[in-house]
Amino acid sequence: MSSWLDYTINGLIVGNVYALVAVGLALIFGVSRLINFAQGSIYLVGAYIGWVAVVRLHTPLPLTIIVVAAAAAMVGLIIERFGLRPLQNSVRIAPLLATIGISFVLDQLVMLTFSPNPRALPSQLPDVRFQLGGGTIGPLDLLIAGVGLTSALLLFVFLRYTKLGWAVRATAQDRDAAMQMGVDVNRVNQAVFGIAAALGGVSGMLVGMYYNQIDTAMSLQATLKGVVAEVVGGAGNVPGAVIGSLLLGLVESYGVAVFGTSYRNLFAFLLLVVVLVLRPSGLFASARQAPPEPLTGTFIAPSRPVRIPRWALLVAAAAFAVLPFFPVSSYVLQTLINAWLLGMLALSLTLVAGTMGQVSLGHAALLAIGAYTSALLSLTLAVPVGLAVIGGGLMSAALGTLLISPSFRLRGHYVSIATLAIGEIVSLVILNWESVTRGPIGISGIPPLSLFGYDLISPFSVYWFSFAVMLVLALLQGRLLGSHLGRSFRAIRDDDIAARAYGLSLNRYKSLAFIFGGFAAGVSGGIAAHLYSYINHETFNTQQSILALTVVILGGLGNVVGAIVGSVALVGLPELFRIAAEYRILIYGIVLLLLVRFRPQGLLGTI
Amino acid sequence: MTNPSPEPLLSLFNVNTFYGQAQVHFDLSITVARGHIVCLLGGNASGKSTTMKIILGLVKPRSGEVTFDGASLIGLTTPQIVRRGIASVPEARRLFADMSVRENILMGAFVRNDREAVALDLDRMLTLFPKLGQRLSQRAGSLSGGEQQMVAMARALMSRPRMIVMDEPTMGLSPLYVDRVLELIRSINQAGVSVFMVEQNASLALEIAHEAYVLQTGRIVLSGPARALKDDPRVRDAYLGGSEAA
Repeated sequence: MSSWLDYTINGLIVGNVYALVAVGLALIFGVSRLINFAQGSIYLVGAYIGWVAVVRLHTPLPLTIIVVAAAAAMVGLIIERFGLRPLQNSVRIAPLLATIGISFVLDQLVMLTFSPNPRALPSQLPDVRFQLGGGTIGPLDLLIAGVGLTSALLLFVFLRYTKLGWAVRATAQDRDAAMQMGVDVNRVNQAVFGIAAALGGVSGMLVGMYYNQIDTAMSLQATLKGVVAEVVGGAGNVPGAVIGSLLLGLVESYGVAVFGTSYRNLFAFLLLVVVLVLRPSGLFASARQAPPEPLTGTFIAPSRPVRIPRWALLVAAAAFAVLPFFPVSSYVLQTLINAWLLGMLALSLTLVAGTMGQVSLGHAALLAIGAYTSALLSLTLAVPVGLAVIGGGLMSAALGTLLISPSFRLRGHYVSIATLAIGEIVSLVILNWESVTRGPIGISGIPPLSLFGYDLISPFSVYWFSFAVMLVLALLQGRLLGSHLGRSFRAIRDDDIAARAYGLSLNRYKSLAFIFGGFAAGVSGGIAAHLYSYINHETFNTQQSILALTVVILGGLGNVVGAIVGSVALVGLPELFRIAAEYRILIYGIVLLLLVRFRPQGLLGTI
Repeated sequence: MTNPSPEPLLSLFNVNTFYGQAQVHFDLSITVARGHIVCLLGGNASGKSTTMKIILGLVKPRSGEVTFDGASLIGLTTPQIVRRGIASVPEARRLFADMSVRENILMGAFVRNDREAVALDLDRMLTLFPKLGQRLSQRAGSLSGGEQQMVAMARALMSRPRMIVMDEPTMGLSPLYVDRVLELIRSINQAGVSVFMVEQNASLALEIAHEAYVLQTGRIVLSGPARALKDDPRVRDAYLGGSEAA
């Protein structure tokens, strides 16, 4: 059994690794007020470059570190130059979405190049442990600590004593004023992305050596942990990011010591939520720290929505309604059923993210809540499936709103971080709350859809059922947008301070949006559970959240018809072109990037 | 249009600027003669600060020409314009609050590479602004408004500019500091630096300026030697009367 000292050492080492990621995030946030969601992907790339260097090229350790740092820095520079710089004059949300797209593209490229199977990354260091008080410490621990300290020292010297370092600090404090001193902000961005990527890449390599295993799931985890550490320390605050990381490492390590390994991430995200709620500018925010991102007004691309005549919508709806009467394969129907289910999720997200301006990155959690509720109601309490699905929707509405409510006072990027964390928390609770959710085993034998005692098993009936449910939700939402309530939502999105000055209660309206959105997503999850007949904690994952976000942006934020068109397009087109499953996420990422760059208002325009 | 000097250092000619659909400047033309202090007067939302942003390249005009020392500034980035010899004292000072006073002043010399001369200039600033000597290692954000204004001016001078543009240098200062700032602007100018300043406080600005322009909702409505404008009843009514009564 390991001693407390061991857990402390482990916490500090892991914290060191997080710090390498978080410091980069803090530097980037400092100069460009951007949370770089691609940071974890660079960490992943670093790990795999390390693998190539060690296993294929047999480089000695110092050279491995240099190769990884240099290659990762290159990736960072490319991201900055081609992914983000063209968006400089774009809407504020664009760079955020671009980093999400870039992260998907990078992760998928790594996966396609190296296969998703885990690989061993040998550490190249002797496997010995030294006694240290009541614990032990190995050469790799010392290496990680050494790399962490050296990086911190180099960074300090860079920021304090070099001209470019001064430029970085000046830009972080006042971008316009820095430009008026002659600072080339593009060079500053470049420097910061290069440094952040080098540190992130080395971090990935070290973690790979520490656990002697690398796989593509590392990416999202690293982004999440880095973001947690950075926000805990105070966004944009470099020393804060280091302290936040060590704190996070220790909290996790002690949490694991007391409750077990599967609780590690739960502690990380709970720490984040607690900090976001109690002290959103972080534990070590300087007095002058900008308040949490006033990303209003220009947050989403303003545009005139494409007008679609009512008859055209009716014709389209009628055509889809009578489609099963034509000789179409059940494969086509199955694809469209998936599109309708995704459509419900997209309706929910387009309301929350588009109409209300709260860009949620954890929307899949609402699916999961709806799915588990409906499945458990019908299985354990023998509630009729039709009612159970509605129960799932209600539970999602209630629980989703309750979970997000502490974050109502957050704005912009912080909402995205909070929703991402809440999404992870839901998934981790499902994993760990075995007495109710059956933990990692999942729930099997979920009864099929049925309505008033009739089982809906044939593709036709499922098709009509899901289509009808989606249509009803879409009509309701369309009515909502045209109403006074819809206008209030948009007012809050466009300028929450002005909206408040007019007497709108932000909490009430945000709650209403999440209640409606939660219901739609919960119903979608509930139906999905009965269709799949088996679900577990990974059925509804972050990839689905991001897919829904891509759908919503493709259709046009806030646009009801757009959400449905986007769903059909993103589910249907890959099927139509028979694109292999492993390339799909790559394509979603590329679609997201292209949209952000060339048509941020989406196909049908934002509302 | 008045053009007091045949060879202006800075000139804006027929500049039209838009924020989205809204037009900010209508055929704006302004010249700053070498060695002069030129002041742009105007009320809120008249387009004064945008004029400064145009000169510094922070906002791009839709049409028109901006030249400095005979060469066009259109299409240049802000850092490139700064390297041509234009320094700025931005509105509300805009110091780097978490950097020390010393670092702030040295940031002004960012475009220079002659270290020894920069060090000498820093000493020169401390004789010009003796109060800052004791504050060098203090956080700039902890200074009073007047002291911050001194740092902002020292910072602007550190690039050895040919021209300084100032956005409301007396805004929010105590009367004591207002006089001090005006004196400093005059002495900076006597050392050979041209000054273009944007001001709301017309009576003060007209005291030290050579020429002045009056901007009203994006159009120059009056211009001429400062002395003449000071006695112009229209300026009196619009600005001086109001500010003296207040």
